[in-house]
Amino acid sequence: MNTVSLTPLDLAVAASLVVLDAVLSLILALRLHRQIAIAAARMTLQLIAIGYILRLVFKLNNPLATLAIVVVMVLIAGREVAARPEQRFKDLSNLALGAGSVALATFVTVILALTTAIRPQPWFDPRYAVPLAGIILGNVLNAASLTLDSLLSGVVKDRTAIEARLCLGSSYWQAMGGPIRGAIRRGLLPIINQMSAAGVVTLPGIMTGQILAGMDPLEAVKYQILLMFLLSGGSGLAAVVIAYLTAWRLTDPRQRLRLDRLKSAA
Amino acid sequence: MEHPGSARLSIRSLQSPLAGPFSLELTPGACAAITGPSGSGKSLFLRMIADLDPNTGEVWLDARERADFTPPDWRRQATYVAAEAGWWAETVADHLPATRKEEARDLAAELGLAPDLLDAAIARLSTGEKQRFALLRALLLGPPVLLLDEPTGALDQVSVGRVEQVMRARLAEGVALVMVTHDDALALRLGDQHYRMNERKLAPA
Repeated sequence: MNTVSLTPLDLAVAASLVVLDAVLSLILALRLHRQIAIAAARMTLQLIAIGYILRLVFKLNNPLATLAIVVVMVLIAGREVAARPEQRFKDLSNLALGAGSVALATFVTVILALTTAIRPQPWFDPRYAVPLAGIILGNVLNAASLTLDSLLSGVVKDRTAIEARLCLGSSYWQAMGGPIRGAIRRGLLPIINQMSAAGVVTLPGIMTGQILAGMDPLEAVKYQILLMFLLSGGSGLAAVVIAYLTAWRLTDPRQRLRLDRLKSAA
Repeated sequence: MEHPGSARLSIRSLQSPLAGPFSLELTPGACAAITGPSGSGKSLFLRMIADLDPNTGEVWLDARERADFTPPDWRRQATYVAAEAGWWAETVADHLPATRKEEARDLAAELGLAPDLLDAAIARLSTGEKQRFALLRALLLGPPVLLLDEPTGALDQVSVGRVEQVMRARLAEGVALVMVTHDDALALRLGDQHYRMNERKLAPA
């Protein structure tokens, strides 16, 4: 594979586009130039840092170091999931639900891919495990946060309907069926859109990257298909797990709807 | 705990951090009417009996304590009808058991609801119609205890009369009724026991 190596000058040319954005913001009084500058600088620093960290982890080639970096990524993703919804639990449930569902979905999907389709030697080789975990995490995070947000706002909005069913003798899980299904559907929409649009509307990032790096398009496509399947599996798992865990956290042994455990983000 | 005599509904030291303690006893066919200012805890009290909010204390139905029922079973026995009814499906009929069509039709007529409204979309109903259908779907369960929160709040005089008649018929069958209302005249006509809720405490009125 003949990789095109970028020089600092190449990056500087591309960075001029960011400067263009900032100039536009000034001219059109969008008041975004500060944010653009900060975001671009932050992105550059974050990516350079992760580049060095990955280089180190690859060189260490130690399963514990690999696990540690994946766990850190999962925790950050869990925090993002927890921070998104407008409705929150008073305690740390948001964080636990986010991290738990994201961790389960990511580990199951990544381990499945590494031990069956990709099969590097050894299977936990960081060069494969870490990037794979990263891609899957991004999608799982999306699915989990949409599901959580949709379920929490759904139960608050539909409280009278859910309690009406409880009053008429439905079990808690029957009464919650509608909101749970709605939330899982919401969580799965992005991956369904992504799969339908792949190759027609969008050329997915991984595939594009591999083609740019010199890989045969068909080989790159195969990788992308595998990835899409993994992403849909991970998203589905994350959405279902977080929806049911959240619903379980919203009830008690007397099958009540415990909205008193939520606080509204004022 | 010993069985509380001949009472149909017996409530002892029912309380939560928000309201109570409450005690109340109703024989079969008796009605407790509760009045009081908004926000005084009337709905909270009914919700606690139906076990919708966390609470401690004892509630007995005939010779059986609430803790012996599964929560869905309990709520089918002591059925709470909220002041603002909740709906989870498209039409009225979707909210009623499909096997009880005939009964639903008869009951609708007694409550002054046109039969074709049974197939209407919820969104098309007036507030008063929704309120009576919420009562209707609870009555279809035939619970021995009814917990009614403002059952006539949105109704005109004619409809109030019809609802009152239906409630009297249930009382005659031995149902115990706990009713929260702003309608003092209705409370006087229907209540065997009269209470006033003030700052989350219940006092005889």
